[in-house]
Parts: sequence; C-alpha cells; structure tokens
Amino acid sequence: MIRNTVAITQRELRSYFVSPVAWVITAFFVSIWGILFFAIVTGSREANLRPLLSNFSVTFLFVGPFLTMRLIAEEAKTGTLELLLTQPIREVELVMGKYFAAVGFLMFMLAVTLFFPVLLSVFGNPDRGPMAAGYLGILLQGMAFMAIGLIASSLTQNQIIAAAVTFVVLLLLWLADVVTLGGAAAEIARFVSISQRSQDMLRGVIDTKDVVFFIALIVGCLFVTTQIITARRWR
Amino acid sequence: MAVNDISFEVAKGEILGFLGPNGAGKTTTMRILTGYMPPTSGRAVVAGYDIFKESLEARRHIAYLPETVPLYTDMSPRDYLDFVGKIRGMSRSARRSRIDDVAEMCRITEFVDRLIGKLSKGQRQRVGLAQALMPNPDVLVLDEPTIGLDPRQIVETRQVIKNLRGEHTVILSTHILPEVSVTCERVVIINRGKIVAVDTPENLQRRMAGSDTIELDIRGPEEAVQAALRALPQVIGVRSRANNVDSLLFSVECEAGADLRETLASTVVQRGWGLRALRPAAVSLEDVFVQLVTDEAPAA
Repeated sequence: MIRNTVAITQRELRSYFVSPVAWVITAFFVSIWGILFFAIVTGSREANLRPLLSNFSVTFLFVGPFLTMRLIAEEAKTGTLELLLTQPIREVELVMGKYFAAVGFLMFMLAVTLFFPVLLSVFGNPDRGPMAAGYLGILLQGMAFMAIGLIASSLTQNQIIAAAVTFVVLLLLWLADVVTLGGAAAEIARFVSISQRSQDMLRGVIDTKDVVFFIALIVGCLFVTTQIITARRWR
Repeated sequence: MAVNDISFEVAKGEILGFLGPNGAGKTTTMRILTGYMPPTSGRAVVAGYDIFKESLEARRHIAYLPETVPLYTDMSPRDYLDFVGKIRGMSRSARRSRIDDVAEMCRITEFVDRLIGKLSKGQRQRVGLAQALMPNPDVLVLDEPTIGLDPRQIVETRQVIKNLRGEHTVILSTHILPEVSVTCERVVIINRGKIVAVDTPENLQRRMAGSDTIELDIRGPEEAVQAALRALPQVIGVRSRANNVDSLLFSVECEAGADLRETLASTVVQRGWGLRALRPAAVSLEDVFVQLVTDEAPAA
C-alpha cells in the first residue's frame, strides 16, 4: 500500500523537477513574492510577516492550477494511465501518490520563501509564533488547493481545462464570503470560504475547527478523485 | 458493444494469437483481460483470479503492452523499468539485475539511459516490451507488439516472444498474419466482436483447403497438358494461366490426402514437356483469414 504510493510520489516528484514548467513557475512566483516582500517591508518598516503571507495566499490561487493540471490529465492523454491502471495498484494509491507529489512540490516552493522570515529575523525581531502559524495556514490552504486541482485533473485529458476549472473553483471558494447573502446562504458561504479561514491562521490564530475543515476538504477531494478514476474504467 | 460472447481459454505456457481486422474488438478484449475495463457481462479469469472481483490479485500475474506503447517521455528506460519493478514489489537488487536482463532480451541496452522522449518509435516499442517483461509475469498480454519495428527487429522481437513459450502464457494480438503462423501455437480469429475460429494455424490452413492443390510450371502446349493431367486418377480439376513468356502455370486440384506429385512429374516428363517447377500450393493464412472474416463467402 505505502510502497506503491511512495513509488508513484517519487516518480511524479522527479517529473516535476525535470520539467521546465515547474522551474519557470517557481522562478515566476518567487520573483513576485520577492517584490511583495520588498514593497511591504520597506513600506511598513515593520518586522511582520502577516501582510506578506496574506498576499502569498492570494497568489496560490494561480499556483494551484499550474501545479495540479498535469497530474492525471496528462497521463490520461498520453495513455500511460492505461498502463498504470493495469498494474497491481489500487486507485487510492495512485491518487495519494500523485497528491503527495504535488504537496511535496508545494513545500519546496514554500521552503524557498523561508528566506523572507530568516531575513526578518536577522535584521529585526519578529514574533516567531505568528510566523509559524502563518506558514501552517498557508500550507494547509495550499494543500486544499492541490486536492481541488487533483479532482479537476482527473476529470479531463486537457490540462488547460483542468487548470481553468481549478482556478474558477478556487476563486469561488475564495470569494464565497465576499458575496453578500442573507440568512442560511450567508452561513454556508462563510463556512466554505477558504480565505476567511486562512486569514485567521495568518493572524496567528490556529483554530481546531479550521484545521479540521481543511483536512476534511482534502480527504473529501482525494476520495472523490479516487471515485472518478474508478468510474473512468466504465467508459 | 465492441465485443460480444468472446469465449476462449489459454493454457499455461501457451502462445495464443489474437487475430482480427481493425476494429474487430482485439484491443477491447485485451483491456478487459488486463483489468483496465470491466466487462458489462461475463467474466475473465487470469491465473485463477477473476479479473474483476479479485482484480488486484489477477493484475499481479499479468503484464500488458498496449498498442500505443504509452511511456513516460521524461524518464530513461532504466528509471522507468525501475519504477515498474517498485510497483511490482521487487527488491532493489532484484530490480537492478532484472533491468539488465530485460534490457539484454529486448535489445535496449545501448539506449537504456537516454530519455524515452528522444527514442525512435521502434526503440520505444522495445522499451514497452521490456516494461511488460520486467516483473517476469505469468501472463503477458501484448497488443500489436511488432508495430513500428524494422524487419530485422520484427524477427528479433518474435524470437523474444517465442522464447517465452513454456514459462509464460502469452496472448498476442496482431493483424499481421505471418506473425501468427511464426509465433503462435493457437489462433483466435475475431471479427466484429465475435469469435469466428479457434485452432492451430496449421489446422486452420488444412481445414480451409479441403483438397490439396499442386502447382506446376510447364513448358508445353496448354490444351494437351490440361487433357493429360485431367486424365490422371484422383485429379479433380486443372486450371492454367500464363506464367513466363514460354511457360504456363498449372494448378492441379487433387483429392485430399492424395499425394500426386510424383505421378504428375513423371506424366509431364514422359510426354517430353519441360517441367520447370512443381510445388504444393498451400492455402495461406491470408486466404483463411479473408474467408473467415468475409460475410459474403461463408466458410464451407
């Protein structure tokens, strides 16, 4: 069980790192983050990571689709999925393997940004706790994005469609609480809103409810992806 | 429905040819056998395991080479084979030695560390075969394994497949007829999703023939030769057609089992005609195939 997942994760991760696309995306976003860091820190003159992290979290709306669009759509298109699905592996192992690889690459990108808090600590005296909580929030949010992107990638053979669907869904979830609705609809909108939850974490507040929400969302998405891949066999 | 009421068995260690025109349902059948697609009805049992109900266990005994040879273009054959080995639960040392073995068998050693994306169609085809052989499976399902290879590679690949006989069960789909007569012990011919024949290639040829035909290349007067040959006992009919500038080709149809070669030869020579060639005209597997899959001309 674990062996197959690890094998798929390893293969997928390597595929990320040999692909120029991944490096271009990393370079692109790290540059954006660098500019944001520079602008925010020189503007506020505060050793505070929160405004920066809250900007980061928005950029993940774009990072998510890029990192996940390939995962299953490409294999379906090239036919390697056929070979993979006739190997003695379970669908869930395949999905988990793919997902962990995406999360692995996400962590790599986040690790690159650790440069910023290190810089702040060298030249200032930032509050470590909120920074750690903020990173946890970003990571959880990013992991949820990856899981949503994975569903989209399992639905189509076309990477562009997968990316577009992911982006739209993420945007809807992001903006859910912005839409002014009355009564129960507002309650639901606030509940599914990802931005609301991650903003709390970025402030340094880790609420178990939020953590449970993200984990439930991730598990749910992985389950749905597994079902989609199983159902694909019937077509 | 792509296939309907396909039912056949393959013995352990046997090489079975799966023959049919394009779109006959070969690939669908293979996809069901390998567990990629579930059958809407009926069942498939591989190595004693139901491919649908005990799919995982069944898949442990099968390796598959799809017609399109899908491979990860951003990996080298070595890395890819290693990945397949890992999924099949092979230890690191087992994987390493097996990679060398299959690379040798499939003649991919010289480019085993190059990226698959940079390989030619024929090279990829061989990597695909290596991938299927990697886990040393009990059952190999090969969909058109020699497509895209040059003639020398085709001969080599057929030899690789023939060498699997005895230890591995091979199901091989193809639309290339000589491939079947060369490599397979038994043939299943399907057309429009239905089985039209199951037999050994030799039996199929014999069954179709019904009678024996002998071809003679003779230099002599057409009418006289025809008359002389027709007069012989056990000869059913004689047809002639122009062959070279100065000789004619006679097809003599004889009763089944009657070997008239010597009689025919001496008859021709005694009359003073020039006998240039004499050979039994075997019904080719092509003829059998065409006869079986053509609806207008049902097999006798």
